[in-house]
Amino acid sequence: MEDLALKDSWLQEDGDKEDENNILDPEIVDQAESPDKELMTINMGPQHPSTHGVLRLVVTLSGESVVKCIPDIGYLHTGIEKTAENKTYNQALTLTDRTDYLNPLINNLGFSLAVERLLGIEKQVPQKAQVARVILTELQRISSHLVWLGTHAMDLGALSTFLYGMREREIILDIFEKCAGVRMMTSYIMPGGLYADLPSGFDTDVRNFLAIFKKKWPEYHTLLTNSELWFERTKGIGALTAQEAISYGVTGPILRACGVKYDIRKMFPYIGYETYDFEVPLGKTGDVYDRFMVRMLEVPQSIRIIEQALDKLPEGDWMINDPKIAPPKKWQIATNMESLIHHFKLFTEGYKPPAGEVYSRVESARGELAYYMVSDGSNKPYRMHIRAPSFANLQSMPLMLEGRSNFADIVSAIGSIDIILGEVDR
Amino acid sequence: MTPTSDEPANPVQNQESALEAERFPNVTRSEMRAADGTPTFIVPADELLNVLQHLRDEARFTMLEDVTAVDWKKEPRFQLVYNLLSLERASVIRIKVTLPGENPTIASVTALFPGANWYEREVFDLFGITFTGHPDLRRIEMPDDWQGHPLRKDYPITGTRRPVMPANQFRPVGRSNS
Repeated sequence: MEDLALKDSWLQEDGDKEDENNILDPEIVDQAESPDKELMTINMGPQHPSTHGVLRLVVTLSGESVVKCIPDIGYLHTGIEKTAENKTYNQALTLTDRTDYLNPLINNLGFSLAVERLLGIEKQVPQKAQVARVILTELQRISSHLVWLGTHAMDLGALSTFLYGMREREIILDIFEKCAGVRMMTSYIMPGGLYADLPSGFDTDVRNFLAIFKKKWPEYHTLLTNSELWFERTKGIGALTAQEAISYGVTGPILRACGVKYDIRKMFPYIGYETYDFEVPLGKTGDVYDRFMVRMLEVPQSIRIIEQALDKLPEGDWMINDPKIAPPKKWQIATNMESLIHHFKLFTEGYKPPAGEVYSRVESARGELAYYMVSDGSNKPYRMHIRAPSFANLQSMPLMLEGRSNFADIVSAIGSIDIILGEVDR
Repeated sequence: MTPTSDEPANPVQNQESALEAERFPNVTRSEMRAADGTPTFIVPADELLNVLQHLRDEARFTMLEDVTAVDWKKEPRFQLVYNLLSLERASVIRIKVTLPGENPTIASVTALFPGANWYEREVFDLFGITFTGHPDLRRIEMPDDWQGHPLRKDYPITGTRRPVMPANQFRPVGRSNS
């Protein structure tokens, strides 16, 4: 017999012994923790529609309330950090799309900024590329928040929000498709600028989207923001204090919902965010409703940024003028021998940043996304570590739930963290 | 928690004073080029907890952003990297600890920063560095029964279960040849 789907060690003669110390086995935990059977331990996930991927939770309940909650991750571990160490910088860029798959352009940006800093070319990136990066990442933030809103509301029983959110997100993905040729795995922002020029009519497309979206956005508020049913499921649920959130390394909308003003776009501005006028919405109580409101208020701020950026989008180059880093243009390859050589060298060998290390942060839709990269002077990153915001945010989930929540609130808390298991497990 | 001002801050300012030479004579500046300008210090393994406590309580680096490691292949083989952030002063600092390749062990910082829990589990899982005093040191990404530590440089990218041979000769273990 062939083992097609199961591991080789599955149900082998010595393999089905029960591990008595396995804290993730519900039966064993049950016996150990509650000899009188007052507590109940149940398993949730990894195949569960409201765990947003392959998150597994082992939950111990006393009646309705959560006594203990152990997240178990790693079901989507694909070794992206290891793979990146064996690829040249331009090849490793494509891996970053696949970590946070609702946020590919912001991942591209984080990676590109890290490599640009290693190369020391951060200041040479053309203005057009920088402004276009702002527009694209803010569009990405809106599209990511639309998916979060849709799935979060759907988990709590409001299906229509999901359908509306997908409708508006489609327009954004169409814009990305015109730019990069693909809707999700874009790899469009690359070290040195953009992969290609912005498509003709980009400005009109984005303005059309904004016109439609600004008309539709108040409808989302009417669906949920003042709904009594929504209050019941979100207010006072899964609250964190500012102190707890900081000590757990929680970032992004969850931290801002606790009232801590930490937005990397304001604190450590990159790609010219200091020149845009926008506000950082803050919450007070740090519960699920405040996280919801922080994200809902972030979206109009993103619109503001995009409008300012569109007004100052210049003409000109979209990639730095350095043949060692930027791929030559198509017509140059066809007419110029030197460009052909550069093209060949760039895509076979790549470039070699001088030895050094960098930790570069960007504000992703979920929080602080950082790339820690070490270069040893070769054409491949010696070490690439991704500081994924969802990883730290998910870590605080037992704190949100244990002793503070009921079983039905788990789904509400998971939705409010907005986890992407692709970047938790990497 | 006081909200920080809207003024864009320079993360590189005034970091010399964060770790005074008189108080921590064994702490040295890192030789490696920091392309982001973050002040980087190398701390002896047995002083790590003292230094981090000082940074957290007196220099107000209240958030531990990230813990990771680098395998340098030659002795001292491993380098742990801690990135800290001060929300009040909008400044950052990086602490590094070098560890030997033979049985690398270091004290866990979970008592100071509870958020280090999963990061240390990740380093334990992928690099095989043991953290003493960690409340729950289990593998986090790989299965519990996994052998080896994938992010070590001597771990093959193809995995250890697959024999090293040309792809056209490779047969999975346990498969018949028909």
